[in-house]
Order: sequence, then structure tokens, then C-alpha cells
Amino acid sequence: MAAPLKWLRRNLVVVAGLLTLAYLIMPNIVVLVFSFNKPRGRFNYAWQEFSLDAWKDPCGVADMCGSLALSLQIAGWATLVATVLGTLIAFALVRYRFRARGAINSLIFLPMAMPEVVMAASLLTLFLNMGAQLGFYTVLIAHIMFCLSFVVVAVKARVMSMDPRLEEAARDLYAGPVQTFLRVTLPIAAPGIAAGAMLAFALSFDDFIITNFNAGSTVTFPMFVWGSAQRGTPVEINVIGTAMFAVAVLVVVAGQLISGRRQRAAAQQP
Amino acid sequence: MSTSTLTEAPPPVPQPQSPEQPVRRTVPTRRRLVPYLLLLPGILWLVVFFALPLVYQASTSVQTGSLEEGFEVTWHFQTYWEALQEYYPQFIRSLLYAGTATVLCLLLGYPLAYLIAFKAGRWRNLLLVLVIAPFFTSFLIRTLAWKTILADGGAVVGALDALHVLDVTNWLGWTEGNRVLATPMAVVTGLTYNFLPFMILPLYTSLERIDGKLHEAAKDLYASPATTFRKVTFPLSMPGVVSGTLLTFIPASGDYVNAELLGSTDTKMVGNVIQSQFLRVLDYPTAAALSFILMAIVLLMVTVYIRRSGTEDLL
Repeated sequence: MAAPLKWLRRNLVVVAGLLTLAYLIMPNIVVLVFSFNKPRGRFNYAWQEFSLDAWKDPCGVADMCGSLALSLQIAGWATLVATVLGTLIAFALVRYRFRARGAINSLIFLPMAMPEVVMAASLLTLFLNMGAQLGFYTVLIAHIMFCLSFVVVAVKARVMSMDPRLEEAARDLYAGPVQTFLRVTLPIAAPGIAAGAMLAFALSFDDFIITNFNAGSTVTFPMFVWGSAQRGTPVEINVIGTAMFAVAVLVVVAGQLISGRRQRAAAQQP
Repeated sequence: MSTSTLTEAPPPVPQPQSPEQPVRRTVPTRRRLVPYLLLLPGILWLVVFFALPLVYQASTSVQTGSLEEGFEVTWHFQTYWEALQEYYPQFIRSLLYAGTATVLCLLLGYPLAYLIAFKAGRWRNLLLVLVIAPFFTSFLIRTLAWKTILADGGAVVGALDALHVLDVTNWLGWTEGNRVLATPMAVVTGLTYNFLPFMILPLYTSLERIDGKLHEAAKDLYASPATTFRKVTFPLSMPGVVSGTLLTFIPASGDYVNAELLGSTDTKMVGNVIQSQFLRVLDYPTAAALSFILMAIVLLMVTVYIRRSGTEDLL
């Protein structure tokens, strides 16, 4: 009896960590398994029997794939605008001196330190007061707003760790400011910008609370899932959820492989 | 002459006067404008769509009127008092649930972050991917999955019942009868689950930065593993603890998704009230006042917490 206890004591961190991991992964496994379910009622919460129906025609549910396309469209535009604006701010913050730095820093920090529901509600009061038509554009405006700060943080971290001598070297070699920026600065900052863009895309694509307040009758994918939790959850939701999970893992693994190969190639060079 | 002088910068030579003088004077002014031009579009966006809405919300909260006749600013501050009187249980519940979820996230997340940082070896990247990967399935779908996991008569509830955990939680008022769904425990489970990665990632980042030699030094000085953790590892991971708890508590305090999907009418949080007042009841002044109070409470707590933990530079 003593031996297993001793083993448990020595490996307590590993056991506890793996239990936490199981807690994190369990819902994804449930989503995967229940994408093969054939529920009897309107809700897909209890296991009935195995079926491939949902996988054969994932867009068979009315309006679901339309909402998915809309979410992708909004996330794409929000990512583009937030990444450009956020990158400009990050460069200004790291590279230049200017007035009101403190105020600008808190304006960037505050959206991240505020419960989403507060931003959602206050933005709605603005739109109501302006008499704006709630829909695609109000959602897009809101998404750009809350993604912006996250892009700034991601890009800033990268630009701050950049060696300024590389740009000096480029100038010494008679590169003009534009050339220096395009061929030296931008490539070095690219991983930070890419990280910011990916974060913005994920945040926008999965956003519910701000969208819920400002979408009017526009239905994004999270709004569709929310509605279906009231009306009845189609199995196809789980198919989409599982497919997104699979695509994301593939992208991450591919990215790891490519960067690993690049590092090895760089190491081989004399 | 040593070689090092060759790489040093030559002494400044006074520049000969040239006809370029006027051009030089304009360049600095242009350069001084550059940061403002870079900042302008993004900051303008935040001013118009983040700061200005807060002003509108503040003004809405002191308006009176009705939807048909329109609202007018009457400096009716009583709305705040009435809103607090009516909805203080939801406020207390929000802070209680979010606080509990934050503590649970720290207790659950720390071992996993520690495992990834120090013990995972070549499995490190795989474990990190597994922590981040759930993000890519819409969080609403994953929250709905908890309805299946915690279902009445399911394996989890059965196990908790057999281990007499439910007896304890019933006594504490966290669960009722043989149910976990639609109880405070279900809501806190969902909140903890939803924000756990936001705790693990900052913890991992700060743990990973710790120099392994410090652990060796502690060992050499006859510190037990427990003492090493208490005196070396944990203090050095404080920046991660602080930002992790903030990233968990702030969104959890305003959340209404978990309370709506996993809870019952007795587990409504302040987010649920704001949502229904704004989108269904259309009582804008009350909703705005509630939202403003929530913002004030959270910002106050965050400020005090950051001051106390002395990690202001982490922002």
C-alpha cells in the first residue's frame, strides 16, 4: 500500500496537471462524440445511436452555414483593420516620444480590463443615441474596437525586443526609409503582427457578448448556437465545432513543423 | 593604435555649413508629427467606439422617460440606488461566482502550468497545443457540452453521488438533491472551465522564465521541495499569478453565458440582468446604471489588487 502512495506523492504535480488537462479537453471530446449522435428530441444532449447523417450534410440545417460565412467575413475584416491600426499604434508607442503617453496607454489597456458586457452595453447606448441601424457594420465596428488592444500588445512585445542596429545597418548600406521598413523592419516584426492578427481573428470569430448586444437581427455563428440552445441544438453544430478544432490543430502542427524545419536549415548553414 | 578604436565611432566632426540648412529644419517638425499620425486612426477608433460610449452610458443612466416618449437627462441618480436595491443579490452572486472560479482556476491551472514549464520535456509543445486548442471550438458549443457531462443521472453526477460529494455540496447549498445542472456548482464549473486557459498561459510564461539554477541553488542550501516552491518558485511566478487572476476574474464577473446555459433563475448573475434589461425589458437607464456600477466595482478591485501586489509594470 505504501509504494503507490509514495509514487503518488512524488508525481503529484504530474497527476494534478494531467487531471486539469482532462478537464480542459473533456468538452471537446463530448462535442466530437455527439457529432455522431442521432438525437430523438430537439436537443443533442443525451446519447441515442451512432449516425453519420450530420457529417454527410453539415449545411443541412437552415441558416447555419450562412451564419458561419458571416462570422468568417466579419472576423476577416475585423482582423485586417485591427491589425493595421494596432501595428501603427505599437510602432508609435515603442519608437517615438510624444505627449499624453499615459492617457493613450490607459485608453489601450482599459478595453482589456473591462467586463465585456460593460463595453457591449455602452456601445449599444451610443448606437441607439446615434440612431444607427444595428447589423453587420455595428458588429464589425465593435469587433475592431476590442481586437485593437490585443494586437497592440502582441506587436509591441515584438517591436520592443527588436535590435535597432539592424535598421541602422540597413541605412548605412544606403537603404531608403521605405526600403528599410519593407525589407528589414517589417520582416522582423512579422511574427508579432501575425500573432496579433491570429488573436484578433480568434477573438472576433468566437465573440458572443458584444455581438449579442449590437447585432440587431444579424446572426453570426455564436449567435446561431445561442439561439439553438433555446430552440433545439442540431447535431451539425457539433460537426462544425469538431471541424474547427481539427483545422486549428492542423494549422498549429503545420506551423510548428515549418518553423522547426527552418530552424534546422538555419542551423545547418555555415 | 589598438584595433578597438577602429570600430569606435569617429569623433564628431563639425558639419560644414551647407545650403541644406533650411531642409534640415523642416525634417524634425515632420518627424515630430509622425507618432501622432501613426496613433491617430487607432486612437480615434478607441475614443469614438470605446470612450465615447461610456459617456453616453453615463448620461443614459441618469435619464428618465419611457420607450414611447423618449428618454431625457433629468439627473435622476436614484436609478443607481434603486438598481442596487433590487439587484444586489445578483451583484453579490457575480462577485462570489467569479471569485470562486478564479481561485479554482489558480488551483487547477498552477499544477498544469508547472508541469508544462518544468516536467514536460519533449511533450511541452504538445501540451501547450492541447491547452490552446479548445479555444478553436466555439466556446458556446463547449459550454453546451457541459450540459451533457453534468446531465442528471450521468456518470459524473453518479460518481459524485457515490463518493458522497453531493451530500457535502447540498449541505453547502451548491447543489440541490441529485442534480448538478441548474445549480451554482454547474455555473462555477462552467466559468472555471471557460477561463482556465487565460490563467494557465500567463502562469506558464512566468514559470518558464525562471532560471533552473535557482532551484539547484535552493536544493544546495538544503531547502526541501516544499520550501523551494514557497520561497523561490511561487514568488517568482507572481506576475503570472496576478495577470492570470485578472484575466480570469474580469471576464467572469460580467459573464452571463454560463449562468444562462448551465444555471437556473436562482443563479442569475449581474450580466444576465444587464442583458435582459437592455435587450428584452428595454429599461435603458437601469441597465446603464447596473453596467456602470459593475464597471466601477471591477476597476476598483483591479486597481487595488495591482497596487497591493506591486506589479504595476506588468501592464
